[in-house]
Amino acid sequence: MGTVAVRPSVDEVWRWLEDVPDPEIPVISVVDLGIVRDVAWENEELVVTVTPTYSGCPATTVIALDIEEAVRRRGVTKVSLKTQLSPAWTTAWITEAARERLREFGIAPPVEGASCAGALKAPPVVACPRCGSEATERVSQFGSTPCKASYRCTACLEPFDYFKSF
Amino acid sequence: MPGNSKTTDPKFEFALRMGDNCLILGQQVGAWCGHAPAIEEDIALANVALDLIGQTRLWLAYAGKVEGAGRSADDLAFLRDARDFRNALLVEQPNGDFGQTLMRQFLFDAWHYPMLDALTGSSESEIAEIAEKSVKEASYHLERSRDLVIRLGDGSDESHRRMQTALDELWRFAGELTTSDDVDEALAVAGIVPDLAEIEARYLDIVRAACDAATLALPEDAFMQSGGKTGMHTEALGYLLADMQFLQRAYPGATW
Repeated sequence: MGTVAVRPSVDEVWRWLEDVPDPEIPVISVVDLGIVRDVAWENEELVVTVTPTYSGCPATTVIALDIEEAVRRRGVTKVSLKTQLSPAWTTAWITEAARERLREFGIAPPVEGASCAGALKAPPVVACPRCGSEATERVSQFGSTPCKASYRCTACLEPFDYFKSF
Repeated sequence: MPGNSKTTDPKFEFALRMGDNCLILGQQVGAWCGHAPAIEEDIALANVALDLIGQTRLWLAYAGKVEGAGRSADDLAFLRDARDFRNALLVEQPNGDFGQTLMRQFLFDAWHYPMLDALTGSSESEIAEIAEKSVKEASYHLERSRDLVIRLGDGSDESHRRMQTALDELWRFAGELTTSDDVDEALAVAGIVPDLAEIEARYLDIVRAACDAATLALPEDAFMQSGGKTGMHTEALGYLLADMQFLQRAYPGATW
């Protein structure tokens, strides 16, 4: 390699990552989701710290590849991904704008505070992403991906995914 | 323990126990994929299996690191024999009917959730971090299995009969989850794991309340079978491993 190009700033890398979509919910980015925890230069290497959503989520590997690809495409050759377990990912880190995009996409965003910490609580009241009615019922706690539950609106009768509070 | 007096780091043993419980139960539950009685349950079972396999990777990677012999999570999962597995007997019991699968899950979750919750306070930071990650998933698992045990226990005559049969069959295998041995005691003294007596109290509270609501009778004064934690397994584990490990045994090092 000849001369090294000007090293992109950390802020710039964050902006690139804002364009990396979640592989299963493409309307939100990995930054919106809150799983990118840190971006830093360590000597000449770019280190991106990522935290998994669910420990067995199959998208985790794809996300790591997508992030790596996004920075390599802009000419960063030395990049490493670091996995961080603690603090554990929480849906409270999902940005407000992303919640709105989820709703428009037909996925009810997480109802925060209804989290699972107590384990044995009643399911939260989730508004239908289509008609806004709160007359909804849970069909199954597990939906099309690990992070979602299946709900049904009893007002407009549409089934929908709910992004579980986690 | 007789026949197993090798001195290994108790943290390694403990991590294997946690990881092997998740691995064996995850493998068993995964076998329901495409066979569950309802589509929602099919998805739920596959999701639970996925969480458990994810947790397995965390525990076994940690175990390999503690051991320091260069074994990866995959090496530990696919290249050990039954005698070296440390899962509780409960999780290796056959899937049986849906009631049996569900009761096995509930008894495991009712222990797993308070156990992980307590482990978030471990003095060993890597254990605390794995627990912090896993406990949220375990709480969803418990919520589901408890709910279904109640609905089916307090359901039709047939569903009640099946759930009671499952409970009678599986109860004797659940005791070892909350029975302390040398490994547990050594780690409890160091603040790395909780005192299992505390976990047992929380576990029994959850189980009793659910069984009451489900109109199921807990077996009284039952003999509790143990051995899984030290590698003395029931016949079921060998068959399970033969299936799970076939590929790596037949084609060593195969990847895709």
